[in-house]
Amino acid sequence: MDLLAQQLINGLFIGSVYGLFAVGYTLVFGVLDMLNLAHAAVFTLGGLIALWLVETAGLSLWLAFPGAVLACGVLGLILDRVAFAPLRRRADSNFSGLISSIAMAIIFESAALGLFGARTVRFPVHTLSVHIWRWGGISITSLQVEIVAVAIFLMVVLTQFLNRARAGKAIRAVAENDLTARLLGIHVDGIIAFTFFISSALGGAAGILFGLYFDSLSPDMGRSIELKGLAVIILGGMGSIPGAIIGGLAFGLSEVLTVAITGTSNLRDAVAFTVLFAVLILRPAGIFGRKKMREA
Amino acid sequence: MRNIHYHSGMIASLCAALIFISGQMCTTVFAAAQEAKIGLSLSMTGGAAAYGATQKRGAELAVDEINAAAGANGTKIVPVFEDDASQPQQGITVFNKLINGDKVALIIGPTLSNTAQVTDRIAQQAGVPVLAISNTAKGITEIGDCIFRDSLTEMVVIPYTMKIAKEKLGVHKVAVFYGNDDAFTKGGYDAFKKALADAHIEIVTEQTFAKGDRDFSPQLTQIKGKNPDAIVVSALVEEASGIVNQARQLDVPASMPIIGGNGFNSPALLANAGDAAEGVMMGAAWNASSTLPLNKKFVEAFTARFKSPPDQFAAQAYAGVYIAYEAIKKAGTTTDHAAIRKAMSEIKDLDTVLGKFSFTPERDAEHTPVVQIVKGGKFAVFGE
Repeated sequence: MDLLAQQLINGLFIGSVYGLFAVGYTLVFGVLDMLNLAHAAVFTLGGLIALWLVETAGLSLWLAFPGAVLACGVLGLILDRVAFAPLRRRADSNFSGLISSIAMAIIFESAALGLFGARTVRFPVHTLSVHIWRWGGISITSLQVEIVAVAIFLMVVLTQFLNRARAGKAIRAVAENDLTARLLGIHVDGIIAFTFFISSALGGAAGILFGLYFDSLSPDMGRSIELKGLAVIILGGMGSIPGAIIGGLAFGLSEVLTVAITGTSNLRDAVAFTVLFAVLILRPAGIFGRKKMREA
Repeated sequence: MRNIHYHSGMIASLCAALIFISGQMCTTVFAAAQEAKIGLSLSMTGGAAAYGATQKRGAELAVDEINAAAGANGTKIVPVFEDDASQPQQGITVFNKLINGDKVALIIGPTLSNTAQVTDRIAQQAGVPVLAISNTAKGITEIGDCIFRDSLTEMVVIPYTMKIAKEKLGVHKVAVFYGNDDAFTKGGYDAFKKALADAHIEIVTEQTFAKGDRDFSPQLTQIKGKNPDAIVVSALVEEASGIVNQARQLDVPASMPIIGGNGFNSPALLANAGDAAEGVMMGAAWNASSTLPLNKKFVEAFTARFKSPPDQFAAQAYAGVYIAYEAIKKAGTTTDHAAIRKAMSEIKDLDTVLGKFSFTPERDAEHTPVVQIVKGGKFAVFGE
């Protein structure tokens, strides 16, 4: 019983990182109906920038974290300006935006490679003092609790922001129909840029948490989460924020349980993607997806 | 007639040129008797870059010492360092260059067993002796009679480690955790499995991971639930660091020590895992605190020159250059590959930093291993 509980907790932690990553991913999709494939590269840079701030600039993690998150937000603005804005309102802009975001992903990844080198790097040993709590056979570290707390905090803030704040409502309006939103006097391009800012900031935050949890950062770490993030948002329903969160947790749990049951990590992705496949057959719009929501 | 004159003139000058060239050749041959070209194929970039960098330092130190001691008339070593980028494909290019381009007396390397499986066949076909300084997987020296190694295989180190663990720690049941998609980690697993069977130690569970995995907590949780006396791990240093760290996060108790293979034997583990690495044990071919006079001199010289202490990979590279030099000296040639190969196979009880060194009839290394434990952020000899 302890064993199962511990595995569920393991899954919860990795799942909350997936969820945070996927929320940013799905936010841009919800607004633009366009996949931002550079999201994983921003995720990588988030972790590496935080490491740089801690190691080279000598900041404490509590300052480095918001610093790196803001830096990633700025990367999101650049991403929008360079890869998406020039193509907007052209025919086929969905497809060309997808391709140009791949180009940006390559540029970001190469930048990470050039700036930080190809080696796997780590946060210095005493960046965070880690405390371990035990209940019977179950153990949880303060780091894990902090990761989940940060992830939940960011997701709650985002949901509240989208539901309550004026800018959040504007984002939803643009997501619903950008033409109508424009007619209503919403500054659509500004809102889209803002969406990219939030999305990339969340992606960067996920990268930092990922790097802290596994204690390893490398320029190619985004690759391992890129496809999973995509699967998570399809599972949860494209464009759905709660769907991304639930999807992330489901994905994390399925991975951990697969490894726990089979005793090998080789089947981990296979089972996770099989679940995705099954969900797509049974519920093509995903768990929380609404059908044809934005076909105006 | 004029034409004939012209021709004979040309022939004369050709002859002169030929004499000149052969004279040149004589001097080259003469000079070559003094200089032995040794190719070193090391992983300076890619996944094994951490190992390759320290190997290069060890080899450089040995070459400089040998050349300084050789004086004006002794045989000197000309090292040719090449980067195999931790990849078999690049290793092939490097070996072809060293054999056909540089025409080296012998080759030291490559860093990874995976690469050696491919490149050593090329050297064997060309009849060029290879001295492996870090390949410990199975089937390397089996490639042919030109392939030697000074790195103790896991087949020697691991049984010794498990014997000591059983005698001194009372380890009777263990969990095994290994990477199942890499020649090195799989080879380590095979060695562990055989050693455990020979020592009558029970395996309560076997778990695996794949290269590039970051999350090891599901497997470690399962292992912890089985309550073994020790966790036996075969992993490269990157994964090893993650495993050790996550075991600490999952509160795996100190009474359940992690016993690693050769991949754990790197300062990178201490740097990466920090306090979490305390109490981790691993067998090794060499330990810095060994009190052999040769070894003390080596550790001091290395530390003074590179401002950091050597690791086993540096020691084996350093010893490798001395072993290669001994073979070349005994063979009395820098070009006759067959003679060098024969001289190498006859090396017995040579004093090296690894201890008294001999080659087995299968061209594998023979010397006494050590069991180490991480204590106070350092590799200490276990039980001392």
